[in-house]
Amino acid sequence: MASLSGVAERARGGLRLRRPTGASVRHGIATVLALAVALAVLPQVLSLYYIDAMMQVAVYAIVALGLGVLVGRVGLYSLGQAAVLAIGAWVAARILFASSLPFPIVLLAAGAVTMVLGTLVGAPALRMRGLYLALITLMLAGAITVVLATTNFPNGGHGFLGYNGSLLHIPPIRRPAIATSDPAYFRYAVVVAALMFLLVLVHLRTRPGRAWAAIRQSEPAALAAGINVTLYKLWAFALASFITGVAGGVLAGAVHYLYSIDFQTQDSITLLAVVLMGGAYSAWGAIVAALLLELLPAILHNAGVSADWLTILFGVGVLGALTTAPAGIVDQFPKDMARLGRLLTRLARQLGRRRPALERGR
Amino acid sequence: MIEVEELTVRFGGVTSLDRMSVTFQSGTCGLIGPNGAGKTTFFNVLSGFVKPAAGVVRAFGENLLAKPHYRRARWGLRRTFQTEQAIEALSVYDNVALVHEHSGLPGRSRRRDVLAAVEFVGIRAEPHERVGTLSAADRRLVELARAVVGRPRLVLLDEPAAGLPDEETEHLAGVIRRIPEQTGALVILVDHDMSLVQACCATTAVLDFGKLIASGPTETVLRDEQVMRAYLGAGELV
Repeated sequence: MASLSGVAERARGGLRLRRPTGASVRHGIATVLALAVALAVLPQVLSLYYIDAMMQVAVYAIVALGLGVLVGRVGLYSLGQAAVLAIGAWVAARILFASSLPFPIVLLAAGAVTMVLGTLVGAPALRMRGLYLALITLMLAGAITVVLATTNFPNGGHGFLGYNGSLLHIPPIRRPAIATSDPAYFRYAVVVAALMFLLVLVHLRTRPGRAWAAIRQSEPAALAAGINVTLYKLWAFALASFITGVAGGVLAGAVHYLYSIDFQTQDSITLLAVVLMGGAYSAWGAIVAALLLELLPAILHNAGVSADWLTILFGVGVLGALTTAPAGIVDQFPKDMARLGRLLTRLARQLGRRRPALERGR
Repeated sequence: MIEVEELTVRFGGVTSLDRMSVTFQSGTCGLIGPNGAGKTTFFNVLSGFVKPAAGVVRAFGENLLAKPHYRRARWGLRRTFQTEQAIEALSVYDNVALVHEHSGLPGRSRRRDVLAAVEFVGIRAEPHERVGTLSAADRRLVELARAVVGRPRLVLLDEPAAGLPDEETEHLAGVIRRIPEQTGALVILVDHDMSLVQACCATTAVLDFGKLIASGPTETVLRDEQVMRAYLGAGELV
């Protein structure tokens, strides 16, 4: 059979297949700067109160990234990610109490178990789309909340559940030996988050990322391209569950004590709201989402404002994002700033033109 | 060679394909018929999106309908859609590479094959450009490049010229005509643009209300009285 291959011999060398380097360089610099600030500057300048909040930001940035992959890249609306996080935290806490395994191994195990559970739960739900998938995942999240309220989080007790309600002295969930203090553990959380971002970015740049882009736009087109749609959807669920499980492990170490009351079903809805506001289509959007979800309440609380106002703010924010900035704050903010810059230069130019005229008139 | 025997598709009480039997030999074959005649349904059966109630499709001797739909691309089935489906979020290169990497071909030939397909269809954009920023004509060509990359055996083109201006259609016709000789694939072209069908297809089959009403050399088929009646309505001929 003849093939097309001979046609493009001369096109082989020197052709750019990736985007021009300017954008990638900018992204690279921003990433290095963000990591440097998070690892070197923030632990030095922030109070313990804000370091605690930033630990949560690192955790929820991972969770938001996972949800961003599902919603933004594949078009799967999951309203159960906070429950998936709870599973990860439960598994990590259980292993940490039961063993002296190194912390990274525990995080990987928590990720792996959560991945299996999340994918098992997600598999039947994948027959649904859009609103129905959202509803099913929300109900599953509700079910997990109920189960957790009954089993409670491990607190150093014995048996499979590891919970003992009559313990007088509850031991804290341990942290890695190299990161027992809050600033050190914050750095540890940032490194874990960076690794999870890397894992996701590698996925997005390669075969699964292309397959997900096709599925999101058109399932028939994806099928016609030979993509096993069910497999790749499950893969997305597995990846999101894995990194969310790892985030749960980081969370367990961050807070030392886990209570089922801290994991509410509606947290998953708030999570989707901030992901949509931050920007579901970019990794930076996940960081913005986590800052909105965890840092903003901490700032408000510190200023004596009730964090309940945030529920209203997020509601308005989602409405704003969906109607005027579908790619979220990370996409809209630079555009708005550029527009503001243009407006200011135009004003300055007009003033400049008017002044000589005024001076001549004088 | 594609042999279709007694292919029947029903949606509830509607029979979209009614015991359709036809053979597509080689080269570029036309498939025409008024709106709702069952052309796209036929493509959807070949793609595996629709399960027929009865019938057999043998493609180069193999039972095509027995393969799961995502396996058919690996076998060599490619198609374009009536509403163009180039993936906006991906670059031109990634759009075409997407098909190549699921077609079971070795990864080391990907870059060469993809660039060859992009050049073959004559996309004016650079391979790294995002498809969302391209013109309608170029997006059609990206879709066509996806259909010819690698080793296609059967290429289904569903109204590839819909919405394109004449000069773009001419370019497209040139590309479609060269697909069989360049790739060895059999092409089935569905379109309402008779000049495109005439320019590309030596043979043409005609569907009307799910029934095959004519098939043979394109010139003969287009002059067939029954075909003209199906297209123009009975009254026009009286």
